[in-house]
Amino acid sequence: MPGLPKKLVGAVARVRATHLGTGDRCMAVREAEPAGSLQEVKEAGLDREDLLAIYRHLLITRGIEERGHILYKQGKIPGSFYTGRGNEGAAVGVGTAMGPNDVGTPLHRDMGVHVVRGVEPWRIFAQYMGREGGPTRGRDGNVHMAVPELGLHPMVSHLPAMLPVATGMALAFRIRGEKRVALGWFGEGSAARGDAHESMNLAGVRRLPIVYVCDNNQWAYSTPTYLGYPIEHVADRAAAYGFEGVVVDGTDVLAVYREAKRAIEKARAGGGPTLIECLTLRMEGHAVHDDAFYVPKDMFEQWAEQDPIERYRAWLRGQADMTDEEEDEITSAVKRILNDALERADASPLPDPAGLEKGVFASQEDLDTPHHK
Amino acid sequence: MAERTYIQAISDGLREEMRRDGRVVVLGQDVGVYGGAFKVTNGFQEEFGPWRVLDTPLSETAIVGGATGAALMGLRPVAEMQFADFISCAWDHLVTVAAKQFFRGGTPVPIVVRLPSGGGFSGGPFHSQNPESSFAHIPGLKIVCPATPEDAKGLLATSIEDPNPVLYFEHKHLYRRIKAEVPDERYTTPFGQARVHRPGDDAIVVTWGAMVHTASEAADELQKDGHEIEVLDLRTLIPWDKERVLEGVRRTSKVLVLHEDTRTGGFGGEIAATIAEEAFEDLDAPVMRIAAPDTPVPFSPPLEKAFIPQVDDVVKGLRQLVEY
Ligand SMILES: Cc1ncc(C[n+]2csc(CCOP(=O)(O)OP(=O)(O)O)c2C)c(N)n1
Ligand SMILES: [Mg+2]
Repeated sequence: MPGLPKKLVGAVARVRATHLGTGDRCMAVREAEPAGSLQEVKEAGLDREDLLAIYRHLLITRGIEERGHILYKQGKIPGSFYTGRGNEGAAVGVGTAMGPNDVGTPLHRDMGVHVVRGVEPWRIFAQYMGREGGPTRGRDGNVHMAVPELGLHPMVSHLPAMLPVATGMALAFRIRGEKRVALGWFGEGSAARGDAHESMNLAGVRRLPIVYVCDNNQWAYSTPTYLGYPIEHVADRAAAYGFEGVVVDGTDVLAVYREAKRAIEKARAGGGPTLIECLTLRMEGHAVHDDAFYVPKDMFEQWAEQDPIERYRAWLRGQADMTDEEEDEITSAVKRILNDALERADASPLPDPAGLEKGVFASQEDLDTPHHK
Repeated sequence: MAERTYIQAISDGLREEMRRDGRVVVLGQDVGVYGGAFKVTNGFQEEFGPWRVLDTPLSETAIVGGATGAALMGLRPVAEMQFADFISCAWDHLVTVAAKQFFRGGTPVPIVVRLPSGGGFSGGPFHSQNPESSFAHIPGLKIVCPATPEDAKGLLATSIEDPNPVLYFEHKHLYRRIKAEVPDERYTTPFGQARVHRPGDDAIVVTWGAMVHTASEAADELQKDGHEIEVLDLRTLIPWDKERVLEGVRRTSKVLVLHEDTRTGGFGGEIAATIAEEAFEDLDAPVMRIAAPDTPVPFSPPLEKAFIPQVDDVVKGLRQLVEY
């Protein structure tokens, strides 16, 4: 199976099915197939315009993080700096599958979700630089941000503390009988914490409309997967919570999209949770200070060959006849967006310390948002 | 004696304890191959092997709860939190189990939890906190906050020897900034004994951790106007050196309590209340407190600067105090 990571290929050969007894709780840890032809993709709900939008989102995602990296090196970003290089396909794929009223709690490798949901890139740069225009107005830094109006809520550092929160969002939808779905992201490393277990157990018990997305980039800082969990796939655990687990090649944006779409619509229809594990490699250090000396070189080399953006570009040209003109147009549009964004962010002022103590407690007026109506 | 940074002194102290006591094991995230997020345990796994320097999964509960169990079975675990902030994930195991185990069961829990704490470099709300007062409120936990390389090493040895759960707060902003002579040989620094960081009789600043250095710089400024300010470094909060604080208050009659943690419910309140109870008649001015405002630690530099007490803030406070 060309294009699929070795680990996944090995596993594809032996799809394990776990039967938990009752008919509708028959589980299988499924290894997803790679994306196929344009026809197949269209059947999954994407027209050609959508496909080009995905490409644009991938480029914006990487562009934001590459430029952020430069800003950091120029000393314009305080604190630390993280990117999701290698995870762009997984983030954009899931983000694209979300419905307009769905919600989620993306993490530090999931810039693509913010981009797909429509956050203005200048606000991300402003966030990086601690400016007033960032979603947290300088209160928090780096990817610890989100725009709630877009259905996203900002992560905390503590991992995977946003999973119980996403689970609670799904609980609210369930209680109110809304056809909305929550998405909760976590890394394969933080899958080790009780928050992950407790969330999935509650969601399983109540068959909540939630999709858990595991960004498995095979490293938790310097910790390899074999020191993080003793089973083959994190998604194997889904069976223990009474729902379905799927492993998908996270560098295949269309396969991720297909699996996410399927899981989201299943949840929306009352079919309960799904755990999707997106397998990638973290293509840089944990953060900029980390040279990732502990990652074997050949691992980087192997995964560099399946860069999610390159891979998708090749697919678009091969399967969807993306023309030179179309590609140029997208590339230059992205460049323009990012240049403008940087300029606008740089014009955003630093926050005024005088307002620091005002933002701790909410007032009744603060409840006057679309979320609380 | 050799000149060591604060962080080197922590490393030295830990290595020395591991060499002399085979029961001392280190566990935490990325402490082995990587040598710890701040490199405190760099080279330890090569020297002591993977079963004395354990890379754990991302599991604070299992790290602290596991340390407790291993301690009950006779080991001397030193657990590392990657940042002090993440100790919240192990709250239950410290507060519910470790702190109360001896009181209930009579079985001591000799664990040390190392907690890289404090702000000053835009770490934001989750990589900058000083949560010592939350734990000082819990009977059964000891709280250690070294301010100098010499104390960092000596207090770590005492922490490991101590038969109780000890929270060892190491301030990240001191790691590479503070350098001083450290004795080569092994020594222990007693708990509950304050240290005079700089002498003076006109007023006293009671503080700990990174604020010791802030206070000292402020005292330099006051000295230019002829005021001699004592900077008293508590070194440990549980137990804290009440007698030495009261002696200082009686001698100077003017006291500033300073900490980097937020104001309300901060440990400074406990000190101020004790002074009010036991040395009220000796005061020539109200007890002054300088602490961070009651907000999460903000990320953006101008906000963080407004949050963490600065030398200028302390200078201003001390001027008010000496002129009172
Ligand atoms: C509770 C908690 N402990 C420790 C950390 C410090 N830390 C930040 S990221 C990280 C590794 C996370 O690994 P993983 O969950 O695989 O996510 P990745 O960064 O690889 O995307 C660690 C240990 C944290 N953020 N939260
Ligand atoms: Mg990971």
